[in-house]
Amino acid sequence: MADPKMTRIYIMGKAYDVPTGVTIMDAMEYAGYRFIRGAGCRSGFCGACGTVYRKAGEYRLEFALACQEMVQPGMQLAQLPFTPAPRAAYALGELNPDENVLLQYYPEIARCVACNTCTKSCPQDIEVMDYIQAALRGDLARVAELSFDCIQCGLCAMRCPADIKHYHVAQMARRLHGVSGSPIPAHLAARRAEIDSGAYDREIDELTALDHDALRARYAARQIEKDSEEERL
Amino acid sequence: MTAEANVELIGGYPEYMRESIEKVAATRPQRLKDGPLAAMSAAAREQLLRECHPDYKADKKRDVRVGPAAGERMPHEVVDLLEAYPAIDPKQIDLSSPDFDVSVLIIGGGGAASVAALFAREAGVPAAEILMVTKLRHGDCNSIMAQGGIQAADRENDSPAVHYLDVLGGGHYTNNPELVRALVLDGPKMIEWHEQLGVLYDKVGGDYLEAHGGGTSRKRMHSAKDYTGMELMRVLRDEARNLEIPVLEFAPAVELLLDKEGSAAGAVLMNLETEEYIVVRARATVLATGGFGRLHIQGFPTTNHYGATADGLVLAYRVGARLIDMDSVQYHPTGVAYPAAILGQLATEKLRNQGAEPVNADGRAFVYPLEPRDVEAAAIIKECYGNDRGVTTPSGIRGVWLDTPMIDEVHGRGTLKKRLAAMWMMWHRHDIDITVDPVLVFPTLHYQNGGVEIDAAARTGIPGLFACGEVAGGVHGKNRLMGNSLLDYNVFGRRAGLSAAEWSTSHRPGQLSLRHADAYAKGLKKAGIERTRRAPMILPDYRREAVRARRIEVR
Repeated sequence: MADPKMTRIYIMGKAYDVPTGVTIMDAMEYAGYRFIRGAGCRSGFCGACGTVYRKAGEYRLEFALACQEMVQPGMQLAQLPFTPAPRAAYALGELNPDENVLLQYYPEIARCVACNTCTKSCPQDIEVMDYIQAALRGDLARVAELSFDCIQCGLCAMRCPADIKHYHVAQMARRLHGVSGSPIPAHLAARRAEIDSGAYDREIDELTALDHDALRARYAARQIEKDSEEERL
Repeated sequence: MTAEANVELIGGYPEYMRESIEKVAATRPQRLKDGPLAAMSAAAREQLLRECHPDYKADKKRDVRVGPAAGERMPHEVVDLLEAYPAIDPKQIDLSSPDFDVSVLIIGGGGAASVAALFAREAGVPAAEILMVTKLRHGDCNSIMAQGGIQAADRENDSPAVHYLDVLGGGHYTNNPELVRALVLDGPKMIEWHEQLGVLYDKVGGDYLEAHGGGTSRKRMHSAKDYTGMELMRVLRDEARNLEIPVLEFAPAVELLLDKEGSAAGAVLMNLETEEYIVVRARATVLATGGFGRLHIQGFPTTNHYGATADGLVLAYRVGARLIDMDSVQYHPTGVAYPAAILGQLATEKLRNQGAEPVNADGRAFVYPLEPRDVEAAAIIKECYGNDRGVTTPSGIRGVWLDTPMIDEVHGRGTLKKRLAAMWMMWHRHDIDITVDPVLVFPTLHYQNGGVEIDAAARTGIPGLFACGEVAGGVHGKNRLMGNSLLDYNVFGRRAGLSAAEWSTSHRPGQLSLRHADAYAKGLKKAGIERTRRAPMILPDYRREAVRARRIEVR
C-alpha cells in the first residue's frame, strides 16, 4: 500500500516519491535537484519558477509557481524558467500617452483573438485578457489596475496563440499611467526643495551633536502620531 | 515537514487549532474597542531584548581569527565563510586579457545595483561602459520581495529630523549618524525620482496613503499595495532595459580584483551554467550583492531570496574592507509559522500597520503591535517559549496569532484584499482566508543589519570599491526599521552610482592582481584553519542528504 506521507510526482516524466504537503520547489530539491535557474525569491514575487503541469487523469495543462504550489499525486511537471519575449525599448518622457501608444510599440496586441488562454495561464489569477483588451482601447488606467499584481513570469506570453508579450505591454502601460495618471503631490516637491535649501541641516546637526543620554531623552519624548478618521476610509 | 499531510483541515487549519482561533475571535470585539497595548519603555525593551532576542545568545557567535575584523564576534555561520579558502586558485586564472573592460562594474542584480547603474548612466557613463553582473536574474533579490513600504518624511507634520531620530532610536544609537543623515535627507528626492519613472504609489484623493511602521513616530510609509518592492524593482529594471545597460546574468563574482596599487579593479566571475571563469576589468567597482538570509543563522528559516549567501561580505573582506555591526541580525517578528509549506516566508509588517494585532493562544494581546522589529520579535519568542502561550503546529513549530480579520474591522470590508493583495493570495493558496481567520507567525531571519563599512558617498576603505544596499553596514546600526531598506538601497545606490562614475573618469586600473587572495589563504593557514571550506557560497544546497550522500562525481 502506498505511504500516505509520500506523493508520487513526475519531474519531466521521471517518477519521484516526495513528501506529501510540500511545494513543487521543495519536492524537486528533495528529489535531488539543485536549482540554478527556476528558483529566485522563493516567496511568489519574482516569477523565476514558472511551472506547467498536468494532474493524473486530467487533459488540461495547469500553471503555477513552483515555490507556492503544493505537489499533488500523479502530477507531471516541467519548469519554464525563461521566456524568450522581446520588449520594446522606449523613452518614457518622450511618449504621448494617447490611446494608440501601446499599439504603436506592441502592434501584436491587435491580433488578440480573445481566447482567454493568457488568463488561464496566470499563476497570479490576473485577468490578463481583459487588460490586453483595455490596452487595445488605450485605457492605461485599466491596464495598470488589472495588471498590478503581475510578477512577470512570462507564462502568458508562452501560451499566447497571437504571440503577444502581455507582461511587457502591462509594464509600459503602468509606467505611462504612473507619469500621466496622477500628479505628484505638491508637498513632496515642497519638502524636497526645503531640504535642498538646507532647511533641516541645522536641526540634524544639533541632534548629531547630542550626547547619548540627551539623544535618548529626545527619542523618548517623541510624540507618536495617532490614527485619524480619514485613515479609516 | 510531512506531519500536516494526514490532518483533516477546516478552513486551512487542523481542528485542534480551531479551538484557539475561536478564542481569538471571541476576544476580538473587546480588543478592537480597547485599542492596542501601550508601547514599552526603553528600559523594558532593553530587558526583553537581553532576555529573548537571539542576538544575545553568546554561544551562537565566535571571534573571527583572520582579516581586518580579527577578534570581532559574529554569528558562527558568518565566521565559517570568512574563515574559508578562496573558491578559485589564483594560479589558474589568466588575468592578461580580460573578457570585459568597463568603466563601472556593478556586482549584484537587485535594487541597489539597479539604482547604482541608473545613476552611473545619469552621471554620464555610457551604457556600454557599465556592466551589471548578477548571480541569478536581474531582479532576483530581496528588494523585489519587500512588501510594506518605503519611508520618506514628506508630510507637513513630519520632517527629516524626526525621521532621523526614529532611525537612531530604532538602531539603539549604534548607527553611523552621517549615513542616517543622508538616508533621511534624500528620502523625498528618491520618491520624487520614482514618480518621474512612473512608480505607482498608493494614493487617495491625489495624496499618498501613508502609514506607520514599527518604531516610527510619524506616518511616512509609502506603499504600492503590499507589492511595494516588486513595483519599484520592476520599474527600475524596465528603465535599465530602456537605457540598454548590459547585464550578465547567472554570473556571480567569486573574487574581487585589485591592481598593484591596491585599488579595486574589477572581479573574477563564474558562469554558473558552464562553470567557466570570466575576468572583468573595471575602473570602479560597486558591490551591491545583498544580504545573508540563506545562511540560516541559528537555524532560522528566512524570508530571503535563493541567492542571499553573504558573497559580498566575503569578497570585500578578502580585499581588506572593514565590516561593522556583524554581531546583530534582524529577525522579522512575523514569519509564517503555518502552513509548513511556506514556513518562514514574510507576513509583512503592513498587516500590523493596518491594524492586525499579535495575540497568544488564549486570544490575549501581549505586545504593542508596532515596536521596533527586534523588540517585537523578542516579545513573540518570549510569549511562545518563556510564557508558553503559543500555538504548536502539527510539525512542532510554535507561533502566535496575527489577528488579520481586525484590518477590515478597522478600515472597512475589502480593505485587506485591496491593500494586502499579495498576503491574501499567499494564504489563499493554502485555503486560509485571512479576512476570516488569523494567521500563525513566528520570527524569521530577515535582514543583515551590518555589513561593509561605507561613508556617505558609499565609499569603502578600498579605493575604487563602493558598496550599497544590504551588503553595506552602518545605516541601520543594530536594528533596521520597516521601510528603511527600500529607502537605503535607493539613497546609497544612487550615491554609489554617482561616486563610481566620478571615480571612473580619473582612474585607470594598473596591472590586475589576485595576490590578496593568496595572502588571505596564507593568513588562514597561519591561523591553523584547515582547508575544508571554500567561499563564497554562491547558492545554498537544499538537496536531501540521502541524495547527496549517494552522488557520483564523474570527472
